Amino acid sequence: MENILLIDYGSTFTKVVAVDASESKLLGFASAYTTVDTDVCEGLNSALGELEKQTGKIDFHKRMACSSAAGGLRMVVCGLVPELTAKAATLASMGAGAKIVGLYSYELIEEDITEIAAKKPDILLLTGGTDGGNKKCILHNAEVLAGIPADFPIIVAGNRSTKHDIMQILKNRRTYLCDNVMPSVETLNIEPVKQLIRDIFLERIIHAKGLTDEVTMPTPAAVLAATELLASDIGDLMAIDVGGATTDIYSIADGAPNKSGVIYKGLPEPYAKRTVEGDIGMRYSVHGIVEAAGASKIAKLSELTKEQVTRQVQYLSEHTDSLPTSNEQKALDFALAAMAIETATLRHAGTLEEIFTTSGRALVQTGKDLTEVKTIVMTGGALLKTDKQKELATHALYSDMQPQSLRPMKVNLLIDKYYILAAMGLLCGYAPTTALEILKANMTKG
Amino acid sequence: MEKKKLVLGVIGADVHAVGNKILYHAFTEAGFDVTNLGVMVSQEEFIAAAIETAADAIIVSSLYGHGELDCRGMREKCDESGLEGILMYVGGNIVVGKQPFEDVEKRFKAMGFDRVYGPGTAPETAIEALREDLGK
Repeated sequence: MENILLIDYGSTFTKVVAVDASESKLLGFASAYTTVDTDVCEGLNSALGELEKQTGKIDFHKRMACSSAAGGLRMVVCGLVPELTAKAATLASMGAGAKIVGLYSYELIEEDITEIAAKKPDILLLTGGTDGGNKKCILHNAEVLAGIPADFPIIVAGNRSTKHDIMQILKNRRTYLCDNVMPSVETLNIEPVKQLIRDIFLERIIHAKGLTDEVTMPTPAAVLAATELLASDIGDLMAIDVGGATTDIYSIADGAPNKSGVIYKGLPEPYAKRTVEGDIGMRYSVHGIVEAAGASKIAKLSELTKEQVTRQVQYLSEHTDSLPTSNEQKALDFALAAMAIETATLRHAGTLEEIFTTSGRALVQTGKDLTEVKTIVMTGGALLKTDKQKELATHALYSDMQPQSLRPMKVNLLIDKYYILAAMGLLCGYAPTTALEILKANMTKG
Repeated sequence: MEKKKLVLGVIGADVHAVGNKILYHAFTEAGFDVTNLGVMVSQEEFIAAAIETAADAIIVSSLYGHGELDCRGMREKCDESGLEGILMYVGGNIVVGKQPFEDVEKRFKAMGFDRVYGPGTAPETAIEALREDLGK
């Protein structure tokens, strides 16, 4: 017997999962309100109390935790051109499980500095210029950041020719050097930055946020690890997590053009890609769903009137802890979740554009082609509490209404009904085979 | 000495890839640091790549006759984007039909291109011009 406790400190709930690693068995799971403002142990202890009601007393040999509490891992990202280094830096940060609270391109100005200081990010990622390319922008940005009245670590991952100068400019700040996120145009190199973000998270952010030593990674990084682990066994997949404040989409797939004659444009995207839609969520960001999808579409899907939708949405945004009870509320939540999924997957997936040239038709792809992805994993409260997962999943698929969007054509649905994805991502660093076995045994087919 | 940096590509809805590859090899062989954007490149993509790489020159190819439309306004966009004075070359089958090359050259120079080359120009011609213009 080797009992392991896996903890996920969420912004609202602290979730615990107990496994027996030697038997690859899920022992139990429970959750309780997170108490990061007082002492995280209180929330954890009540979750453990719940767990022991199911399983009886367990002695744990090992405890591991991830966290998205206290705002998650909040990052500010600076790049040069929005479609190039700023995008590469964004992909790296999201892949490391961060929440991007500020994104800046080109030279920072005074107002930006005031804004960044007020945001107090956990880490700032400074990029710009290919290796041997533009120096001016990143040097300027380092100069203005040197005097910023806030204390946060800065990762420098831009033009390598500027490293020496930047270390001088930022010598009074906690600065970490890293390989360029985009060493040449349209070459992505995000792994070193992802690793460094993880290291900084371990080294200082956990303590700064009042979390315990057991926390080894941000929750989204754990989820990404779990989806990668699962994909190593069952093949390419997409995972969807619709939350109260954000909607996260993960895709584990190469995504390169799969038909001959397709021309790829723009920055290549990573095999394991995570995007976060900060304006798309079921409660805190409910207005964002309406803005993206339109009230009439939500009204049609929920079979409510437009007035009812507007009124209810306002209510939900003001009562972020409300759970749907009436049929009307359930119908609205379904429509909101469907539109959250549609909007977020449209933004995540690549596009294929048909262009007519003098030499005939040409197909231009940007972003990832996910049409061949065969599995969708659903997680997150909004998707686990409903019984209409199958209908919801259709909103993540290829549609004739949006033929340019390269979303999956035909998929099998896996539902993370016990909410163990993040826990298995944690466990995968310690016992990958066990984590995979537990994942496969405890996800239900939708 | 640091290599001079070029951004190379075929502009517009133009899929002619062969000449682009030849130019890439010729310029690289000649000692330039070339960022090749390939075919179907928009003005904005040329400019974005030139900014990130701090390019010394942008080399635009066009083989399908619509070059004049595709290139219009590119110099102004460079100016707006902080690439004032960047060296810009254009070459290929850049206009429709048979027109006197002097007229074509004049029109493209008026658009802000520093050097204009017609069909059949050898890469060496452009390489020589680059060395001269970039003081190398």
